[in-house]
Amino acid sequence: MKQETVTINNRAGIHARPSALIVKTANEYDSEIFLELDDMKINAKSIMGIITLGANYKSIIQIIAEGNDEEKAVMALVKLFENRFEEE
Amino acid sequence: MINNFTVLNLIDLDLKDHNKLNLKCLAGRKGLNRIITDPEINRPGLTLSGFFEEFAFHRIQLFGRGEMAYLRMLEEKNQMDSVEKIFTYNISCCIISHSGTPGDIFLKIAEESGCSILQSDLSSSELELRLIRALSDIFAPRKIIHGVLVEVFGIGVLITGGSGVGKSESALELIERGHRLIADDSVVLRSVNDNFLMGSGTNELLGYHMEIRGLGIINISHLFGVGSIRDKKQIQLLIELEIWDSDAVYDRIGTGDVHKEMLNVKVPLIKMPVKAGRNIPILIEVAAMNERLKKLGYHSAQEFDNNVLKWLESKNARNLYSNNSGIF
Repeated sequence: MKQETVTINNRAGIHARPSALIVKTANEYDSEIFLELDDMKINAKSIMGIITLGANYKSIIQIIAEGNDEEKAVMALVKLFENRFEEE
Repeated sequence: MINNFTVLNLIDLDLKDHNKLNLKCLAGRKGLNRIITDPEINRPGLTLSGFFEEFAFHRIQLFGRGEMAYLRMLEEKNQMDSVEKIFTYNISCCIISHSGTPGDIFLKIAEESGCSILQSDLSSSELELRLIRALSDIFAPRKIIHGVLVEVFGIGVLITGGSGVGKSESALELIERGHRLIADDSVVLRSVNDNFLMGSGTNELLGYHMEIRGLGIINISHLFGVGSIRDKKQIQLLIELEIWDSDAVYDRIGTGDVHKEMLNVKVPLIKMPVKAGRNIPILIEVAAMNERLKKLGYHSAQEFDNNVLKWLESKNARNLYSNNSGIF
């Protein structure tokens, strides 16, 4: 299992477009990937799930992956968060 | 555009009641095979009075009450020079409104020049309106596309996609569910005033038939009744069916509106992957209803995203108050 902590750095938070980006990236890997915010843990391959996290600016999210390509999957998602989902 | 549209084709045009031209030929029958090259109308008042500059002779010449009265006066005075000169031009045809009947001299000149004189009982402005409408329809740029055109909840949906992807089968189920077929297999698209696309079948006599693999050719209007067919419909939504590709990225949200340009007209496009377990007719039905919602000013995906943004924004504001650390 691979785990990484990220902070949301784009002002708008995770709305529909970033959520679609996360799902698109997550779908490229076979691992089971989850995002965790407070007491909510959702599948990173579900758009509606990610949106309902309500992750706003400066929220802290755990990315958890489990599977044969877990390292790569987490890396790719962390990169996405660092790039502020290509926003701003 | 139809090639070689002749005066005879104009008289023969099969138009509905409120579009009828009521044309009949008074003289110059051999001019009936002249080709109409310009979809516009000219009123030859100035020309009759002898002013020939900028004379739009390639257009159809429309004689109203005024022109006819002037013509009568010319005939009484026996000053037919300008009329003779008019007919030296290669005019496609002359149309007289208000059932006006010109004098024998006029008809004789026309007959000799081989230009047909048509008459209609409509008023000039109404006739002009109907002529322009009919001609712009005929002269509209056209294109034949491989696909099925159906009307779903009042939205004209053109279903395209590769061979064997299930276009006709999806359309058949839509018809089963009470929607209408306009054309199967070959759809004629006409760009009306570069403004919207009108779709219809290629041939009225052979229309409303479908070829379904395993069933052969079936007649939709006989099988499902006259309520299941329609002769033409504006194309408001384009659905491209394609075999599901697990590597392709499909639109998951629907905020990015995709369009496809056909004959210089933009039509909303939905790329729909086909896979076992995905009921395409129902998806098309929902897409059509969603398109209607958009036309009413409610864009589901955008509205949803706006609500999410508002929610996240209010969370930001709450955080700002509760822990004075600040987010700015």
